[in-house]
Amino acid sequence: MQIQGRAWVLGDNIDTDLIVPGQYLMASLEEQARHVFEAIEPSFMAEVKPGDVIVGGKNFGCGSSREMAPAVLKHLGIGCILAEDFARIFFRNAIAIGLPTLSVKGLGGRIRRFDELSVSLDDGLISIIPSGERFHATPLPEKMREIIDAGGIDGILKTIGKK
Amino acid sequence: MGQTMTEKLFSAKAGKTVKAGEYVVLPVDRAMCHEGFLLSCAKLITSGITKVWDPEKVVVIMDHYVPSPNVNMAEGHAKIRKMVKQCGITHYYGEREGICHQVMVEKGLVKPGDLVVGTDSHTCTYGGLAAAAAGIGTSEMAYVLATGELWFQVPHSVRVNLKGSLPDRVTSKDVSLALAGRFGAEFGQYRAIEYTGELLKDLSMDSRLVLSNMSVEFGAKFGLFPVDDVTRGFLRSIGTECPEAFASDGDAGFLNEYEIDASDLEPMAALPHTVDNVKPVREIAGERIDQALLGSCTNGRIEDLRAASEILKGRQVSPSVRMYVYPASRNTFRRAMDEGIIQILSEAGAIICPPSCGPCFGSQGGLLASGETCISSTNRNFKGRMGSSDARVYLASPATVAMSAIHGRITDPREEV
Repeated sequence: MQIQGRAWVLGDNIDTDLIVPGQYLMASLEEQARHVFEAIEPSFMAEVKPGDVIVGGKNFGCGSSREMAPAVLKHLGIGCILAEDFARIFFRNAIAIGLPTLSVKGLGGRIRRFDELSVSLDDGLISIIPSGERFHATPLPEKMREIIDAGGIDGILKTIGKK
Repeated sequence: MGQTMTEKLFSAKAGKTVKAGEYVVLPVDRAMCHEGFLLSCAKLITSGITKVWDPEKVVVIMDHYVPSPNVNMAEGHAKIRKMVKQCGITHYYGEREGICHQVMVEKGLVKPGDLVVGTDSHTCTYGGLAAAAAGIGTSEMAYVLATGELWFQVPHSVRVNLKGSLPDRVTSKDVSLALAGRFGAEFGQYRAIEYTGELLKDLSMDSRLVLSNMSVEFGAKFGLFPVDDVTRGFLRSIGTECPEAFASDGDAGFLNEYEIDASDLEPMAALPHTVDNVKPVREIAGERIDQALLGSCTNGRIEDLRAASEILKGRQVSPSVRMYVYPASRNTFRRAMDEGIIQILSEAGAIICPPSCGPCFGSQGGLLASGETCISSTNRNFKGRMGSSDARVYLASPATVAMSAIHGRITDPREEV
């Protein structure tokens, strides 16, 4: 699977409260999605487009176990998230809902805001289209690829429910 | 080479020897749900799954939106009650008992050697009782509710050696903030932290639970303490059986070792907006505050309320400060009443709130306006977490929160009023 989109470059330690602030957790997913990154990237909601790629630094998604954090990003059509590394629960949640997340060692500073990126989920190859620069993400462990291929946990549950 | 506690625990569950780094699918001993149960159940219903795997092993506790702040949440709570009944869940505590992690520990729902998952990131709190416990999301919980198992990577372990003894008015919260400050918010990423060292004998179960709870703020999957006399004493006090000693082998393989000498520590605070932005309270003293928050699954236990009441006894919270107290559980609240702590705090001007999560994660009960500053005994100070994204939260110990509330400014708790 190939993803192509613009890069939103964020820093280290992007926490789940920056993605969905706690005060909106009771609202609908649509309403929650209106506040994504509002504390650090106020133009994000007006300008985000389906296929865009989030580029984080270290410890992306640290904090709460709220699944709304990857869910709103998926809802907005984010193609995938690249980061140096991910906080454990966010990473599991993203895989569980079928939002690709790729760890890229040495990512810092290589991608600039709104660079057009191409990401291959099959082999983890990332290309910065304007410069032609290419690098590789750490491939997802097999267990996680299986979950994504099954349509996330929702897909797996549907199979169980049919039995 | 010997095994770490984590490897022993996972091997026991797997029925064969497993090593750090391996992927395994394992049955869980408990599945703990707060209001996230609603979302997990919705997924089961959509998938045509009508039963949970074992109603005896599921625990449902409501704490994040208690009392329900609006009609929408009241409807959510009503649906949870209905589903709990339909699923035949026996360990259901509703809104009555307090914050899920404290209730799990007090009611003896976790024991050493257990593998537990919960729909909350601070599920790692049970590591204080030598249980491998980790937070998961509501989709994965739906899978657990349906099947009773989940995939895990056996985590590599890091050892945190706690040396020395705690100086006066320095607590395990200060130790956890010092660890974050010194080693960063990621030193435990994907790892099992195992706490060890001579300080352990001085750390009560309440104090240990603080460190286990804060372990997720270092990225850790588990924050484990060995089983020792403190563990046994605690289990005895709640009428639970005392298990065998359980600790890592002397020659177990640790990825890394971190060390802190508690004797050198002083009261610490995490400055806005990350948990590892840490300085001694002394260095930021004088910062004006609008709110002081005492409570949460991190620091709302009896020991914490005692520490605050010791400072607030016969004194007054500054008129410019609102101080909210959220005891961690109904049991904690009752004990605090018996000990006269609630009386002291209330007479000092603190506002006593129902045992629940309160404003810690920004849902209700003491949110901050733009430009406001709060000193809090909770676990996260992320931008926008406790209300306005233009508010500032400092994390500190209950003693620092109490002393700061009196002065209306951040104050070292070792200072006399």
